[in-house]
Amino acid sequence: MRTAITIVVALVLLAGAARLQAVRERWYPPALEEETAMYLESAAAVRRISGPYAPLVADLYWIRAIQYYGGTKRRLSPAQGGDATSGAGPGAASPTDDRYALLYPMLDITTTLDPRFNIAYRFGAIFLAEAYPNGAGRPDLAVQLLQKGLRDRPDKWEYMEDIAFVHYWYEHDYLAASQWFEKGAEAPGAPWWLRSMAATTRARGGDRAASRLMWETIRQTTEIPFLRQDAEQKLLQLRALDEIDALQRAVDQVKARTGAAPADWASLVRVRVLRGIPVDPRGTPYELAPDGRVRLSSSSRLYPLLVEPPSGTERR
Amino acid sequence: MNAIGAIAINVFRESVRDKVLYNLVLFAILLIAASLLIGELTAGQDVKIIKDLGLTATSIFGLFIAVFIGIGLVSKEVERRSIYSLLAKPITRSQLVVGKYAGLALTLAVNIAVMAAAQYVVLAYMRWGIPPNVERTWDAPAIDPALLVAIALILVELMLVTAIAVFFSTFSTPLLSAALTFALFIVGHFSADLRNFQSVVESPAVGRIARGLYWVLPNLAQFDVKASVVHGQRVPAGYVAVAVAYAAVYIALLLTISTSVFARRDFK
Repeated sequence: MRTAITIVVALVLLAGAARLQAVRERWYPPALEEETAMYLESAAAVRRISGPYAPLVADLYWIRAIQYYGGTKRRLSPAQGGDATSGAGPGAASPTDDRYALLYPMLDITTTLDPRFNIAYRFGAIFLAEAYPNGAGRPDLAVQLLQKGLRDRPDKWEYMEDIAFVHYWYEHDYLAASQWFEKGAEAPGAPWWLRSMAATTRARGGDRAASRLMWETIRQTTEIPFLRQDAEQKLLQLRALDEIDALQRAVDQVKARTGAAPADWASLVRVRVLRGIPVDPRGTPYELAPDGRVRLSSSSRLYPLLVEPPSGTERR
Repeated sequence: MNAIGAIAINVFRESVRDKVLYNLVLFAILLIAASLLIGELTAGQDVKIIKDLGLTATSIFGLFIAVFIGIGLVSKEVERRSIYSLLAKPITRSQLVVGKYAGLALTLAVNIAVMAAAQYVVLAYMRWGIPPNVERTWDAPAIDPALLVAIALILVELMLVTAIAVFFSTFSTPLLSAALTFALFIVGHFSADLRNFQSVVESPAVGRIARGLYWVLPNLAQFDVKASVVHGQRVPAGYVAVAVAYAAVYIALLLTISTSVFARRDFK
């Protein structure tokens, strides 16, 4: 009986404490988000402090990097009211913004604490290279991170392949991409298709069909779900680029015929140029600007699209 | 030998009575909770993280048991004055120290064996439903027998730490013994710095002293193969054998000094 009374009293007191906390939060709302800070930015210092537990501390930094990347990306997404178009614009590195500023230091600490943390290099490179606001828009740091991984595992062809992709996809440096594909192909255990990627890149770098071929190869061959999803996203972006080109041709034809850009998609549906409001491969309607330019909606899950080199650009 | 065995069994029973094995429940809860949460917190490497967490928890839990029970093995008997009735029995003081040490080593071995089993169960659960082609991309398989090498070396390291704790407890207070044991544990993991100290100081004498300490103080870093095992790197059998032999010699040294110090103590 006495025990039961004690339990009841304890539960009542606990409920009272929770209630008081709720009242305090209602009267004095807590800040929505705390500023992310890194108290220790030196990878060497963190390694010293963590001593024999460095691998677990590396895991904690990796989880923090993932949360930081995911949280920042969500905050910047237009669906959350984020300013996705600030900085130097989609596809370009925006050195003045600091919204992914802690990403590289976190990845650097993770990989210093555990130099063989494979996924931290590979996923981290994607987070860094991805165009702003979906990523840090820093392909240079992505390459730096992967090269750090290669210092510990010089025969890791996957890192070489990733470096080649960063050069190809984000820097449009097809010669460097081709060289890294070739280097990867020479590593022990490398798949045969790296050599054909090197040849394709050298011959047809920047060609949309070649890009599609590369991402399709990755999609079919990778066993890592995140990398497969990334390849699928890139393939959908390429499809969106094709669709935008086709829509632009249709809009241009109407504009040439009527002398004015169509006001909206509905007017094109009425004249039977289109069968319905065109949507991108993720289901978000394409936008038609007042000047007749067709573009992807900034609220699309495919936004921002890759920046393609202007046709006729000389290959580096 | 019978006396040592009897004392050891008694220490093990006492630790069970003192609910030392409750830490196993905490360990199991920690691993199970982590395995359920980890997928939400990270992208990939779940199994690696669980292995890191399991090995680190094994090491930390074991360290606390080794230090906090190790320092009380002898001092508690003195404090409770039960040392008089013990020494009145047909056992020598050295048998008492070695028996106490063996008992705690047995407690640690049982603890770590159960933790290892729990870790394998959680890893088997995490591996459930993972296609073999995905598992092939991991550095090491989920159910990896090599994990036992890391766990065995953790046990060996903890046995050495226990010997350090017993050594200090034979002549010092429990609080000071705990502080000194933790200090040696930390120094033991950074002993490589002592070896290279002469490259960062100008005085050759200081460099030589640091180098001397490197050879004298216990080198615990050699027992840490967690990262290698988790990444599927082979730990050579020769390496393990030499590390175990080093621990055996060092434990023998510490127990010899401990029994010698304890034999000279006056309990009047």
